[in-house]
Amino acid sequence: MGCWCCRQWLNPVHHNAGPDQFVFVLAQTIMKARLKGAQTGRNLLKKKSDALTLRFRQILKKIIETKMLMGEVMREAAFSLAEAKFTAGDFSTTVIQNVNKAQVKIRAKKDNVAGVTLPVFEHYHEGTDSYELTGLARGGEQLAKLKRNYAKAVELLVELASLQTSFVTLDEAIKITNRRVNAIEHVIIPRIERTLAYIITELDEREREEFYRLKKIQEKKKILKEKSEKDLEQRRAAGEVMEPANLLAEEKDEDLLFE
Amino acid sequence: MAGRGKLIAVIGDEDTVTGFLLGGIGELNKNRHPNFLVVEKDTTITEIEDTFRQFLSRDDVGIILINQYIAEMVRHALDAHQRSIPAVLEIPSKEHPYDAAKDSILRRARGMFTAEDLR
Repeated sequence: MGCWCCRQWLNPVHHNAGPDQFVFVLAQTIMKARLKGAQTGRNLLKKKSDALTLRFRQILKKIIETKMLMGEVMREAAFSLAEAKFTAGDFSTTVIQNVNKAQVKIRAKKDNVAGVTLPVFEHYHEGTDSYELTGLARGGEQLAKLKRNYAKAVELLVELASLQTSFVTLDEAIKITNRRVNAIEHVIIPRIERTLAYIITELDEREREEFYRLKKIQEKKKILKEKSEKDLEQRRAAGEVMEPANLLAEEKDEDLLFE
Repeated sequence: MAGRGKLIAVIGDEDTVTGFLLGGIGELNKNRHPNFLVVEKDTTITEIEDTFRQFLSRDDVGIILINQYIAEMVRHALDAHQRSIPAVLEIPSKEHPYDAAKDSILRRARGMFTAEDLR
């Protein structure tokens, strides 16, 4: 699209620019910048969503593996419990009554993936074993094995829990990011594009209006000129008009002494 | 309660709880409330649900271990829990081996990895 009278491409300082034109052109520049910004934002968010989804799938796979492993570890631990019960008798009540302080606790640490903080669990030991004396009477060895098995199970379960929390957190983050991408893509960018199109049509129309106005003025000027010419002719014919002195047509110059 | 340290809570049958207590996770807090619940044949579902909700609202519990058959009983309470901490893990019991189809976490990812689920 260019100017209709001189075919010059429309630029900010155009010979037909009226004072209002600047406002529209300014708005157009702003809108273009916004469109660019929205597109960049959308691309970045898409990348983030992709990175998160990738990590999500990895974690999911690991979770399934670990759960299967956990099933086996738990089974083994349950066996050793049955064995210990067989040798040491029923110690369940004693164990439950003697609960005091936990030796194994967990800490929540933060891990960061593509800008999303994921909580990760880390287990640590604290204090001494409160059941050290439990198997002294009988079945000490089975009990020791039992304790070891369940400690192993606990470690595995802590790892599983970390995976699970990451899973849930990532799920939420991915949903939010995708929502944002869609919002930008289907609402914000079309809106800006529509505004841009509107501004361009407005500018075009004004351009045409200017051109039309100019043409009209030229016509009017022409008519006025013709009219004044006619007037002049008539007055000259009537002999009322004195021609002013014409420097170029003078034949005799009084000041020249020698000719 | 040690600074940032969190506990592992257990809701399960007698054997499971005994085993894990021997693993060293049991603790009584200031009000003599334990971080575990032994579920027997006569334990009501309301009781289990209440304890579960209690564990969820306690801020010193990081992980809740629950036998899968008990989880089935309070499935609605489990599904309503959307936060990432405390993490709820379903573990098998002696009579009921682990069934991946019932796990509420894996059900959320149903659409993605169905082939691997049947491994």
